[in-house]
Amino acid sequence: MAKILVDNVRHSYFAEPKGEEDWALKKITLECEDGGAYALLGPSGCGKTTLLNLISGLLRPTEGRIYFDGKDATEASPEQRNIAQVFQFPVIYDTMTIYDNLAFPLRNRRLGEAEVDQRVREIARMLELDTILKRRASGLTADGKQKISLGRGLVRTDVNVIMFDEPLTVIDPHLKWQLRSKLKELHHRIRRTMIYVTHDQTEALTFADQVVVMKDGEIVQIGTPIELFERPRHTFVGHFIGSPGMNLLPCEIKSATAYVAGKAVKTLKSRRESGDHLELGVRPEFVSFAEEGIPVDVTKVADAGRFRIVETRYNGNAIKLLVAEGRDIPSGKAHVSFDPEHTQIYQNGWMIE
Amino acid sequence: MNKTFNHKGWLFVLPVVVLVAFNAIIPLMTVVNFSVQESFGDNVFFWSGMQWFEQVLHSDRFHAALLRQLLFTAIVLAIEVPLGLAIALAMPRRGPWVSVCLVLMALPLLIPWNVVGAMWNIFALPDLGLLGRLINGIGFHYNYTRQPLGAWFTVVLMDVWHWTSLVALLCYAGLVAIPDAYYQAAKIDGARPWAVFRYIQLPKLKHVLTIAILLRFMDSFMIYTEVVVLTGGGPGNATTFLSIDLVKMALGQFDLGPAAAMSIVYFLIILFLSWLFYTLMMQKEET
Repeated sequence: MAKILVDNVRHSYFAEPKGEEDWALKKITLECEDGGAYALLGPSGCGKTTLLNLISGLLRPTEGRIYFDGKDATEASPEQRNIAQVFQFPVIYDTMTIYDNLAFPLRNRRLGEAEVDQRVREIARMLELDTILKRRASGLTADGKQKISLGRGLVRTDVNVIMFDEPLTVIDPHLKWQLRSKLKELHHRIRRTMIYVTHDQTEALTFADQVVVMKDGEIVQIGTPIELFERPRHTFVGHFIGSPGMNLLPCEIKSATAYVAGKAVKTLKSRRESGDHLELGVRPEFVSFAEEGIPVDVTKVADAGRFRIVETRYNGNAIKLLVAEGRDIPSGKAHVSFDPEHTQIYQNGWMIE
Repeated sequence: MNKTFNHKGWLFVLPVVVLVAFNAIIPLMTVVNFSVQESFGDNVFFWSGMQWFEQVLHSDRFHAALLRQLLFTAIVLAIEVPLGLAIALAMPRRGPWVSVCLVLMALPLLIPWNVVGAMWNIFALPDLGLLGRLINGIGFHYNYTRQPLGAWFTVVLMDVWHWTSLVALLCYAGLVAIPDAYYQAAKIDGARPWAVFRYIQLPKLKHVLTIAILLRFMDSFMIYTEVVVLTGGGPGNATTFLSIDLVKMALGQFDLGPAAAMSIVYFLIILFLSWLFYTLMMQKEET
């Protein structure tokens, strides 16, 4: 159990990083509370696995320090940091039984057999592996193997943090959901700090209390799933999270009012008078058809089950909106309006606050 | 369910069948032909049934050669497999030394077999060779042309020098193919180096080792060229292995019938032992 602080960490895979692009991680500061469930979310190559390996101790940061419970752990090995990690591809010891796999980390730490037995059986029950403990681990399916990887982390009572590196990549879709809820349930039961790396927003948003969104080696926003949805602080968060992503329209601001192609729009905050590259962002969930507002042409309607995704065009810009099942959709010319509470202005990608 | 038969398919198999027939089946059949007949000059043959087989299987000479062969193969496998594995484990995984090591390891494999024999013949000569002089210089009386033990020592050393690389390179390829995640997981699980070897590297190398042992078994069981050049099967018959004995019988004494029978027995022994080993290794997999 530990509170983890990543303090101004930079990391490069080059011995002598030159340009900005040589850095896999650019100045990251992150605090993980004891017992929290965190997700590192971002597209491939954004540095999330690098950050995970830095926390687990498989990598040493080029610059910056990492603290576990206030103690400097930057130079400590994964074993000294007392962490557990579940990898993208299931890692199991093929020649051992499931029981021996789960017992392996405890036996390596020279625990007595009686205690090993008790811990292994307890964890096996939690993971629903208790009926097949004597089977060879190599015969299991991918999700069974991932459960064992997870179990090897859970058997140790003193683990500071359990890390997951895209653990559901090789799992069949219908089992993904099961394993994900199992994870959530386990987190509630044992209350260990968990850090979960993924590029799948559904996984991140359902698993974590706090989601850390990353892009190009930087943290773009840290927040609860609701915060990320309602107040994306960066346009990247806006379109990476949510499907479809946030609408972004070029705009300008004159005397505290935002104008999209000459049309005034009410927004949450719009103090800034000038500045380059201003954009107005609003999620399709907060756009609706109205009697008056922005005149648009309806170009496309896609059915997504409980709602329909409507694509419209205004002055060369696409505006998407969601319309609930059963509601009428005008064809051809129409007007749309934005919910001012959920319409933000972004300057150079960052939200104006 | 109705299967559709398309006999044109045989046309595609035909080239392989013809090739195998000419390079394996037909030569083998001529050997079978010789093994059951008594042959004289002018292509005169008499049926002799199983006579040659009985003679070979009951001959002390064959028993002695077979025993020498089994002993040699056992010694060579017992040294080359662990040594090759150890070398593979010690080789660097990345960096500029990788290619240096690979080239060095591949060198013995690139030398023609009779050259290997000739090299060691000279290298181990007690009065001229570096190795021979060295061993005598440190106080051991060593002369592989006179002492059976010295001859065995030289033959085994030569084979280890020649073929350990093969085992090492195969194992190295197997080791490199193990994903990093296994080592990282082992580190996190607190596994010590021995446990990493025992529970990760060795199981992952199982197939590669099976192939390496199989190859080394078959090759060492058929060893001929190097030993003939080095010792000629001597001193006396001390290093006369099966293949050398066979050639002596077939080409030295022109006993075509017994030699043909021996060839078939020899072939069946290799086939049986290879099958047995492979089946045992693969059976363990399933349980």
